[in-house]
Amino acid sequence: MKKVLLANSSALFNAIKENATLYIPVDLEKGRVAYKKYADGMVMSDALKTDRSAKDFFFPQTENLMEFKVDGKNIEVIDTRSENEDFVVFGVRACDVRSLEVLDKVFLAEPVDTYYKNRREHGVIVSMACSRPTETCFCGTFGIDAANPQGDIECYKTADAFYLDAKTEKGKALLEKIAPVLEDADDTAVNEQKAEIKKILDKLPLKDLSAEKFGKDKTDEFFNSPEWKNLSESCLGCGTCTFVCPTCQCYDIKDFKTNTGVQRYRCWDSCMYSDFTKMSAGQPRLTQLERFRQRFMHKLVYFPTNNDGMFSCVGCGRCVSKCPISMNIVKVMKTLGGKE
Amino acid sequence: MQKITREMLIEKAAALIAEGKVNRVLGWKNGEFSYDVTPALFESVEEMQKDFVFGDFCGANFSKYLVKEAKKDGAVLVFLKPCDTYSFNQLLTEHRFDREKVYAVGIPCEGMIDVNKIKLSIGDGLLSIASEGDTVKVETLYDGVKELNRNEVLSERCLNCKSKKHVAYDELIGEDGEVIDSNRFDEVEKLEKMSADERFAFWQNELSKCIRCNACRDVCPACTCEKCVFDNPNSGVENKAAANSFEERMFHIIRAFHVAGRCTDCGECSRVCPQHIPLHLLNRKFIKDINSFYGDYQAGEEVGSRAPLVNYTKEDIEPCDAVKGDE
Repeated sequence: MKKVLLANSSALFNAIKENATLYIPVDLEKGRVAYKKYADGMVMSDALKTDRSAKDFFFPQTENLMEFKVDGKNIEVIDTRSENEDFVVFGVRACDVRSLEVLDKVFLAEPVDTYYKNRREHGVIVSMACSRPTETCFCGTFGIDAANPQGDIECYKTADAFYLDAKTEKGKALLEKIAPVLEDADDTAVNEQKAEIKKILDKLPLKDLSAEKFGKDKTDEFFNSPEWKNLSESCLGCGTCTFVCPTCQCYDIKDFKTNTGVQRYRCWDSCMYSDFTKMSAGQPRLTQLERFRQRFMHKLVYFPTNNDGMFSCVGCGRCVSKCPISMNIVKVMKTLGGKE
Repeated sequence: MQKITREMLIEKAAALIAEGKVNRVLGWKNGEFSYDVTPALFESVEEMQKDFVFGDFCGANFSKYLVKEAKKDGAVLVFLKPCDTYSFNQLLTEHRFDREKVYAVGIPCEGMIDVNKIKLSIGDGLLSIASEGDTVKVETLYDGVKELNRNEVLSERCLNCKSKKHVAYDELIGEDGEVIDSNRFDEVEKLEKMSADERFAFWQNELSKCIRCNACRDVCPACTCEKCVFDNPNSGVENKAAANSFEERMFHIIRAFHVAGRCTDCGECSRVCPQHIPLHLLNRKFIKDINSFYGDYQAGEEVGSRAPLVNYTKEDIEPCDAVKGDE
C-alpha cells in the first residue's frame, strides 16, 4: 500500500502525466462531470460519477476504422489508427471498472476487436472507492463491491491522502515509475474507510435488489412475460439509457464517400432505435416492446447465458437518473422478478 | 388554489370508467424514489390505487402519447396540466389523433420540481422529497432532512410558466387560471444581445454535449413524423452520431426549424435532455421572432389556427425586413 497526501496531489498527477496521458474527472457547469486530460492546476472532482463512463476511452461514440483510396482499378486500404500512446484513467468507480470486464468479453473474444484491444493495452485504470454512494446505486446486486473497486490500481481517497494499491502488473509498473512521489503506508486508514462504506451500502434504498431470478438460460422464463407490455408502454424509444450505459456495446458501421475514396467509420447504435439490427431480410424487432425487451433481456439473461453467468448491468444507476420517463432496469427487475 | 390530490383524480377516473366513458387512464406511476415518476397506462381503478401518483414530479406531457393511444379501442382518459393542453390542441390542429377517442380532464398545476436543481443544491443521496406549501423537505442519505424554498427548485419552464389556463378539456378539476405575462423571453434576449461570435460559441459549447440520444425529438409533441429523416436509412441523412460539430448543430437546428410555428414551448425537450442542453431556447427564439414579425401567436391556443408561417397575408413582413441580423 502506497500513499500520497492530498496536499501533494498535483505532484502525483504530474508524476503520472510524465509517464502517460492522464485523465481525471472534473466538475463542469450545471453539475456536469467529465473526464478531462490533466493539465497543471486541474482539480479532481469528488462527484460520485462522471456523466459518461470510462467506456468512452476504449469504445468511443464515433471512430474512423479505415479508409479506402481509389485510384483507377486499385483500392488501397489505409489503417487510420493513430492511438498508441499510454494513458491513465484516474478515479474510475467499481461499477465502471466491472463494465470494462463486460466489454472485454465482447471485444476481446474471437474475432478480437483490435481497435478496442489496442486501447485496453495502452490504458491503465486507477479505480476509486465510493465513499458517498447514492440512492440510484445498486452495484451490490451484481456482486460488485464499491469498497473494493479493483482496476489496475485500487485507490482510496481519505480526508488527507490518496491510498494506492496495485492490483495488476500494469498497475505495479505505473506505481514503480512514480515511486518518488509515493510514501509507504499501512492499510489502517483504508480499512476504516472500507468499514464506513460498508455501513452506507447497507443503508442504500436499492440494497435488497436481487438478480437471483435472472441469469443464464432464463430466456424462456421471461421472454413471453405479459409484463413487457406495461413496462415498455411509455418508452420513448430514445437512446439515452444505451448511451449513458457503461456496458452497452452495439455499434453501426458506415461508409462515407470522400473526395478521394471511402471512409469507413463506426458509431454507437442503440437497440432502442427503429432500424436497430435491420437487415436485408427485414426488421426482426418491429415494435418498441420487442426492442425494449431486447435491452433488458440482454443485460439480465442473454449476456449471462453467453458469458458464464456474468450480468451485463453493473448497477451504476446512470439510466436510473437519466431516462426521460424514469423507466429503468431496477423497475424491470422488480416487476419481472417479483416485488420483493 | 384548491390542492389537487391523487385521491381526487382516482375518484374522477373511477367515475368515468364506471360511466363507460373511458376504459383506461393515462397517468403518472410512482417510482422507487419520489422523483422518478413514469408515464403509465392504468387499466383499472385498482391499478391506480396501487401506483398512481400526482405531485411535484409529474412533469411529463401526455399529449403526444395520445397519437398512439387514440388508435386503440375505446376512449382513454388523460389528465392535462395547462401547458399540456396547448400541445393537445396543436396535435388536433395537425390531425394527429381522434378527439373522440380521448376524454381530457384539465388539472391545475403549481409548477413541477426539477430534481437536478435539488441535486445541485444539496448533492446526491436523495431518499425522499415532499412539498409542504412553499417548502420542499428532502430526506437525504448523508445530511438528514434538508429544507429548500420550492420556488428555487422549480423547473425553468415552470418558473417562466406562460399559462395557467387550460385551452382544451372535457372537464376541469379545480379552478382554471389565466394566461401569464411571463419572462420566458428574457434568456433569448440575453442571447440576442451577444455578438454573433459569442452566440456561436455559446451554442457550440452547448450542442457539443449532445450525445444524439434523440430524447428531445422523441418526447417532442411537435415531432410526430412516422419516420424521422434522421432515422431513415434511405433518407441519405440518417445519422446516429454526430461525426463533427457541423452535424451536432445540424440536427438541432433542423429540428428547431421543423417545429417553428408549431412548438407550443412546453419545454419537454430541455426537461428530458440527459446533458442539460437548454434546447428550448432555440424554439423560443423562433417564437419570439414570429411574434415580432407577424404579431403575437401562440401555437395550440386554439384548434385549427393557421400559424403565421403557413398563412400568407398582404401585411406580412417582407423577407428583406425580416432578416435582421444584429451586425
